[in-house]
Amino acid sequence: MTEPLSEIPAADSRDIAELPEAVVPVATVAEPAVAVAAGIPGGLGGGTAVGRKRGDFVYYGLRNKKLLFGLGLELFFVLVALLGPVIARHSPTELIGTSLSKPSATYWLGTDNLGRDIFAQLVYGLRESYLVGALGAVSASVVGMTLGFIAGWRGGIVDEIIQLFTNVLVMIPSLVLIIVIGAYLPSRSVLFEGVFIGLTTWPWVARAVRAQTFSLRSREFVDMAKLSGKRPVSIIVKEIAPNMASYLFLVIILLFGSSMLLASSYDFLGIGPTNLVSLGTMMNNANQNAALFYHLWSWFIPPGVVLTGMVAALLVANVGLDEVFNPKLREQ
Amino acid sequence: MSVSVENLSVAYRSRRGDLTAVDNVSFSLADGEIMGLAGESGSGKSTLGNSLIYLDQRMKQVGGKVTLDGRELPIADTKAMRPLRMTQVSLVPQYAMSALTPTRKIGTLTDDLLKSHKVRNRDEVLAEMRRRIELIGLKDDVLRKYSFELSGGMRQRVTIILSTLLNPSLLIADEVTSALDVSTQRAVGEMLLEFRDRGYIKSAITITHDLSILAQIADSITIMYAGRLAEKASTDTIVNEPLHPYTQALIASLPEVGVRHDTTTLTGIPGRPPSLANMPTGCRFRDRCPFAFAKCTQTPPFEEVKPGHYVSCWKVSQEAAK
Amino acid sequence: MRRYLTRKLITYLLAFFIGVTLDWGIPRLMPGDPIQSMLDKFSLQSASYAAQYKIFAQQFGTNLPLWQQYLNYWKGIFTGNLGLSIWAPGARVSTLIFQALPYTLALLIPAIVLSYFFGNRLGAAAARRKWLDNSVLPIGYVFQAIPYAWLALVVPYLFGVVWHVFPTSRPYSETLVPAWNWTFIASLLDHWFLPFLTLFIVSLGGWAIGMRNLVIYELENDSSRYMRALGANERIVRRYAYRNASLPQLSGLALALGVVIGGNIVTEIAFQYPGLGQLIFNAAANNDYFLLQGIFIFIVIAVLVANFVIDLVYIAVDPRTRLSMQGSTA
Repeated sequence: MTEPLSEIPAADSRDIAELPEAVVPVATVAEPAVAVAAGIPGGLGGGTAVGRKRGDFVYYGLRNKKLLFGLGLELFFVLVALLGPVIARHSPTELIGTSLSKPSATYWLGTDNLGRDIFAQLVYGLRESYLVGALGAVSASVVGMTLGFIAGWRGGIVDEIIQLFTNVLVMIPSLVLIIVIGAYLPSRSVLFEGVFIGLTTWPWVARAVRAQTFSLRSREFVDMAKLSGKRPVSIIVKEIAPNMASYLFLVIILLFGSSMLLASSYDFLGIGPTNLVSLGTMMNNANQNAALFYHLWSWFIPPGVVLTGMVAALLVANVGLDEVFNPKLREQ
Repeated sequence: MSVSVENLSVAYRSRRGDLTAVDNVSFSLADGEIMGLAGESGSGKSTLGNSLIYLDQRMKQVGGKVTLDGRELPIADTKAMRPLRMTQVSLVPQYAMSALTPTRKIGTLTDDLLKSHKVRNRDEVLAEMRRRIELIGLKDDVLRKYSFELSGGMRQRVTIILSTLLNPSLLIADEVTSALDVSTQRAVGEMLLEFRDRGYIKSAITITHDLSILAQIADSITIMYAGRLAEKASTDTIVNEPLHPYTQALIASLPEVGVRHDTTTLTGIPGRPPSLANMPTGCRFRDRCPFAFAKCTQTPPFEEVKPGHYVSCWKVSQEAAK
Repeated sequence: MRRYLTRKLITYLLAFFIGVTLDWGIPRLMPGDPIQSMLDKFSLQSASYAAQYKIFAQQFGTNLPLWQQYLNYWKGIFTGNLGLSIWAPGARVSTLIFQALPYTLALLIPAIVLSYFFGNRLGAAAARRKWLDNSVLPIGYVFQAIPYAWLALVVPYLFGVVWHVFPTSRPYSETLVPAWNWTFIASLLDHWFLPFLTLFIVSLGGWAIGMRNLVIYELENDSSRYMRALGANERIVRRYAYRNASLPQLSGLALALGVVIGGNIVTEIAFQYPGLGQLIFNAAANNDYFLLQGIFIFIVIAVLVANFVIDLVYIAVDPRTRLSMQGSTA
């Protein structure tokens, strides 16, 4: 279980992807003041600037080792997930083999206590992790971004209330909460798990989005847009969001990873979706059947390795992406 | 001569090669001279000033040498420069508002800096600091406060006091008035003059894009354009009889007190300075210069066309030769 | 400072209120009859079933109007009466909690303190030395990516099963009777080590990476640049940077509590370590709603108290919060 905490630095320290410095001539009116916006993507006269920035991202992106490695590894797992039913050869729930058999040519990782193919379970578990990860990340992002925007944009009492709400939620340990809720629900769905994770992790998104909105709200191009009479919603969508997009993207990647980890913990404790094959339930089953003592390493080791790989790839790619977006972090 | 800069070149390291921000610059300062260094954003003035005290890893010295009080300043050698910083050369940075750490009292910060320089009589020095703080009209309990407890103007002035505490020979003041209101600007200007007159600092280089503050405090002004020096002369000369076309345009574009601009238009200089990566050959101003002619494709030398008046312009040199 | 504390107190009171209400409300909002599911665990004859039902109903308060149940619940919390457990028949919930508490604290406190302390040192060191950074960073990311559950299986497997160095379950050897003698204490420590190690390892990476990023940022910020420009030696600059970086890390500690508690629960269950995690799990598995409710509110209160303590420490350490008129954004 992880929080994106260590990745998201103190909000005010965060600088938006560098805006090229506009030239302000000495005491002259050599350039119209409006040209200050010339260096800003999407701003007035910003055509070439935008092109240059996007080209920059691709240029640096292709050369960033962390991004390439992380992305590559993640793509491998995604591929496995997509080709799942083809690769697995057997169904994960069918009782076909002899129970607790060692890895063999037919069952690459052996079978579990009920004679089910462990490799098939691994592949289907992988797919399931992506599903829950996506659900969690999406629900957390939707709630977090909305509340974060509103808090950052409006400020004042609205901000105080939302902050209060956020701080309260952070203090309630989510695992305890889901154990309690889970005790009363005889059956749970993947949707429930995903949304629950989303509803308990959105504070991270909200805080980050709020801080960014605050910082961007006072920048020149927003004032420019206000002066030209644009409506608030339009300003948010057209001016602020694109500038925040890179940062938001980073946050969502982290959320995805932490959702997957949280889900595995829930599944391990048996409060995940009922009748499910997942990496967490595999570890739970292994533990319940004394896999440790019978040295059934092929049962309990692979799920963890795969999950660690999936999440670590995301984290590393995230750091690489951060470097691509923020020139300050790039190594000279 | 107190400070002498000869053929100094400083470049930024970048993925696309070295970008020369300061190109073959030479000038000198007499004892007690306050020189203003003015230019547009990107002209290299900040790089020039900062290179004299701290060359961070992004920058590197590409050529030339700097002499202070007869001894060479090893600006490229960070370790060798360390004992000279604050004691011989000091800096009031552009970011003076956030230069004082928020988690330590100002007195503690000062004490730690003094310890770093192995100053023996720290208590006396701190007492002197209190005296100087009172001198400029602030309460002496500033040392017991944290930086965030002071207003912006106070912070700027306290930073100046801290930077000059050990009476450096050369002070580099980078945009010290830019973030202040007009009356505080004036107060800071007077403070610098006072410190110079009392001998707290010997010479100073004031980097700014605001010519009006230079008119108040500078003895001489150097105009910089695209990494090279355009003109250097006494303040009076620059303001009243500038020779370089760029300087002339700058002065002409300043609004004059008392002149209404509904009859005369405020002229600007059309065009933009060249980018570091794409420097033209020869005189860098020629694309925007109304007097450019064939010879301008060669780099004009920065030469003394009148006593104490240096210009780098072929047209001016030609006139002077006649 | 006053404003900072006021905001914090309001947050805690609100959290407490919401926690209690959630705790009281969940069983009553969930589908089905909680008392019935509690009783289903026992196979009772119809007569005793009815009698037992009445007893539980009274404990639960279902015979009373809703608002009165709510008030009674609050009363119970303030008097420390959290009811009786079913899973451990007749035992008071509060007693069970306090019996389990030492084991949980024995895992949590050393794991948090040591991982925080060493993680920060490691991160700060990595921020300064390139070679260290190149090894600490990837390892830190991998550690952060490891699911608690998996580590809780691999660690006992390696150290307990493959190399018979440590035992893999229970708080102490089953052949011993609790007594204050060396054999018992040694057995306690022996059984404590692996679960502690699991918690420690997962948390370590996060702190190291976080501190590394913060120190790197602080080493490049304006106040560090100024000190270097004035000739301060690197040691002082680093000391100041570390000081500044510690502050956000401290607030991060408060935020990480919820996560660590989760990890603690998983670890206890994997190692069958009889702390609060194991207890809440048993309560849930056995539909012992009284025990479940009691532990939930206890944990909520504990987290609030811990947060408050950290807030006080933060005030002591950050002059801005102490003195600034504007209050903190934390």
